[in-house]
Amino acid sequence: MNAPFSPSRRDILKGTSALVVAFSLAGSRLEAFAQNAPAAAAKPVTPDQVDTFLAIDEKGAVTVYAGKVDLGTGVRTAFAQMIADELDVPFEKVSVIEGDTALTPDQGPTYGSQSIQNGGVQIRQAAATAKAALLEEAAKRLNVAKEDLIVTNGAIGARSSNQTVTYGELIGGKQFMLKLDPAAPTKKAADYKLVGKPIPRLDVPGKITGAFTYMQDFRVPGMLHGRVVRPPALGAKLTNVDESSVKQIPGVKVVREGDFLAVVADNEWNAVRAARELKSSWSKSETLPDEKKLWEHVRNTKIVKDDVTSNIGDTKAAMAAEGRKLSATYDFAIHTHGSIGPSCAISEFKDGKLTCWSASQATHNLRKQLAKMFSMPLDDVRCIYIDGSGCYGRNGHEDAAADSALLAKITGKPVRVQWSRADEHGWDPKGPPTLIDLRANLDTAGQVTAWEADFFIPQGAAGMVELVAASLSNMPTDTALSPGGIVQDSAIGYKFPNIKTVCRRLETTPFRPSWIRTPGRMQNTFANECFLDEIAAALNVDPLELRIKYTDPADTRGLETLKRLEKLSKWERRPSPQKNVTGNVVKGRGVSYVKYELVRTYVGAVAEVEVDRTTGDIRVTKFYVVHDCGQIINPAGVEAQIEGNVIQTVSRTLKEEVTFDRSMITSLDWASYPILRFPEVPEIVIELIDQPAEKPWGAGEPTAAVVPSAISNAVFDATGARLRSVPFKRDKVKTALQSA
Amino acid sequence: MTITLKVNGKSHEIDTDASTPLLYVLRNDLGLHGPKFGCGLGQCGACTVQVGGRAMFSCIMPIAAIGGREITTVEGLLENGKPNKVQQAFIDEQAAQCGYCIAGMVMRAQSLLQTNPKPTEAEIRQHMRPNLCRCGTHAAILRAVKRAAAA
Ligand code: FES
Ligand code: FES
Repeated sequence: MNAPFSPSRRDILKGTSALVVAFSLAGSRLEAFAQNAPAAAAKPVTPDQVDTFLAIDEKGAVTVYAGKVDLGTGVRTAFAQMIADELDVPFEKVSVIEGDTALTPDQGPTYGSQSIQNGGVQIRQAAATAKAALLEEAAKRLNVAKEDLIVTNGAIGARSSNQTVTYGELIGGKQFMLKLDPAAPTKKAADYKLVGKPIPRLDVPGKITGAFTYMQDFRVPGMLHGRVVRPPALGAKLTNVDESSVKQIPGVKVVREGDFLAVVADNEWNAVRAARELKSSWSKSETLPDEKKLWEHVRNTKIVKDDVTSNIGDTKAAMAAEGRKLSATYDFAIHTHGSIGPSCAISEFKDGKLTCWSASQATHNLRKQLAKMFSMPLDDVRCIYIDGSGCYGRNGHEDAAADSALLAKITGKPVRVQWSRADEHGWDPKGPPTLIDLRANLDTAGQVTAWEADFFIPQGAAGMVELVAASLSNMPTDTALSPGGIVQDSAIGYKFPNIKTVCRRLETTPFRPSWIRTPGRMQNTFANECFLDEIAAALNVDPLELRIKYTDPADTRGLETLKRLEKLSKWERRPSPQKNVTGNVVKGRGVSYVKYELVRTYVGAVAEVEVDRTTGDIRVTKFYVVHDCGQIINPAGVEAQIEGNVIQTVSRTLKEEVTFDRSMITSLDWASYPILRFPEVPEIVIELIDQPAEKPWGAGEPTAAVVPSAISNAVFDATGARLRSVPFKRDKVKTALQSA
Repeated sequence: MTITLKVNGKSHEIDTDASTPLLYVLRNDLGLHGPKFGCGLGQCGACTVQVGGRAMFSCIMPIAAIGGREITTVEGLLENGKPNKVQQAFIDEQAAQCGYCIAGMVMRAQSLLQTNPKPTEAEIRQHMRPNLCRCGTHAAILRAVKRAAAA
């Protein structure tokens, strides 16, 4: 350990206050100051230091510095709960600063349901380290044994005397100068007072009264409003711009850099009008595949490598052995993030340094990308997170940031870029099309002897997604495909003797890919959990029973999840489809289950549906979810995430599909890319399994993984028709009904 | 052109192009950030405000078309600086995830309860239909509207 309580660098916060976006939990207020910011002072941001994550001022107020950000999930409140509890300070004394690259550590992007599991746990460890050091110092000051000390509301007292000393007195305003101790003891489960409680989210009142400042609401003095004029076709080149076409709109300037075309104006509406009215000519470009032959195109795309994600036993021999062979092909459409508020950012160049305010889920990565784009040293770029409209992955926020930075650079003024609806639907990166082949062998005794799967998915992982503005203007940017960790959940946890799952990584995919909530896990689990249902039907056994039968008996939490689901949903054990159904509108139920990424959060779900056999319309009427994400920090937050996962994924499953012609995306608004509306929202029944003594796991995505398969399996139960292609639109349903 | 707008009980002289949608005037000229830009197409409801007592999409309403009608935004629902009944019900139900759609949802719900104080579940769902939410907060929003109706 370093010497604690160095009195040096007292004013870590003072020096940086100008640009800080602090979220004070006490008053639910967002302070965003943008004037004359001095450079951030020397607060550490490396993950090995306590001061990176925590500061305590003279009054005992605690500031948490989080690299993970609150995307509307409630993690800001959850972090405050965890840290207030760990330090034994009142909840109201904790405030959280998120995603400011000058002040907060790089804890990785806010994705993959890792904010609590990794980000929060790391900050908790910093708090535990700090607390141990504070207790040690208090023992010296009070001249008592450390074991004699007890902390109440940030004051350390001795049990044997009535002396106390506060955190503020011990450390107020100073840095800890301590290495984060990964072994510092955290509280025991029984001692938590705030963890596990449904503490109301402190950003919620402001969001409901209109007082909350979103990225889209933030303003910088002297800024211009920018709008980008997009090429009408992917790959089209700008051949001519007629600036006189917007002459009549006051205060407009046309900006062109390569194929990047934009307008700026001091009045926002004038910028919108100018972007609409500006006449420009572009070369013809037809680079996209024929939408009607999308799946042929995917199957014929060059495979650059195979990732074998599981290889147990010998599937080749097992498939060749005697038995009943099953095979099926599943596909899952291209999806867009569909943020309700289109992406927005503000950038400002000052004294050769770039500041960018963004709702990016990965400000540290954005900083690197902007530094690369403008060939600037990393130290000269600062990105500051401000809450935006939910992004559900890597949407257009980073691209809006690059747009605004480029315009700020060219105009010499701060520039705010607000994307249009068509920008967001047309130009945010997409969840790639996914094609999956499955095969199984069932022996005469009714055992599953082999399971084989091939997943046709683009190459790449969760990296830096190419910036549109950089590409259009020929500036440096990362060009490798970054679809996210889409190989996850291609492997299965069921105990079949022979399993082989292979991700066939494709050289290209029609649109710039990125991760959208539950990337890969949703598509892969859809195919796996539907195909398991096909096996259950082939064996004429109850599908829930089959899942229990092939779950590892040592996996008691998994089995408990399934058992509770059976009870919660009043599951009637019988094979699907149900017999003797009559009438036009038929009902069914389907089950699905996942142990997320095979190593964490358990989710079991049952969907109840009604299918209109004449129209092909599906209504999801009810959804039951049993969820075990280990230690629950805030049960209200977890439930909100589960509800959101269900509703959003019912929408994706029933309705959503990006459409395109040979040049460009054609689903550019909510009419051509409809999402679920209120009358279609299912009733949702949730049972949380809390494991206070276990590690906390993610809850932001896992439920979404089981939704499409639960619906497909329920439709099969109702009708005997198997839906293997998301979205389950009328025509597909009707075709499936005819062949059922 | 110069137009007089009555917003949240106060009159404002606005000098701007007649084609400017009300949303831009509220957000940029009057600093009212509750109404949000979502689509500019009348498809999502993020911009919902009351015009003449009715819920409207402010993103597609040019200020020249408003005439003398009074405008209420989510900020104008506050009573003595405190959340009104509908807002309080949303707070109590924690009916926001990212919250970007929520000001519009509150305004839509407000207009329902003004004309139909005891709506059925089906009526609530039908009335709220124009407004989109991507976070899947619908279930909490429905609970909030029911709570407000019961309050
Ligand atoms: S922003 Fe007005 S309806 Fe979408
Ligand atoms: S709460 Fe995020 S869009 Fe509705």
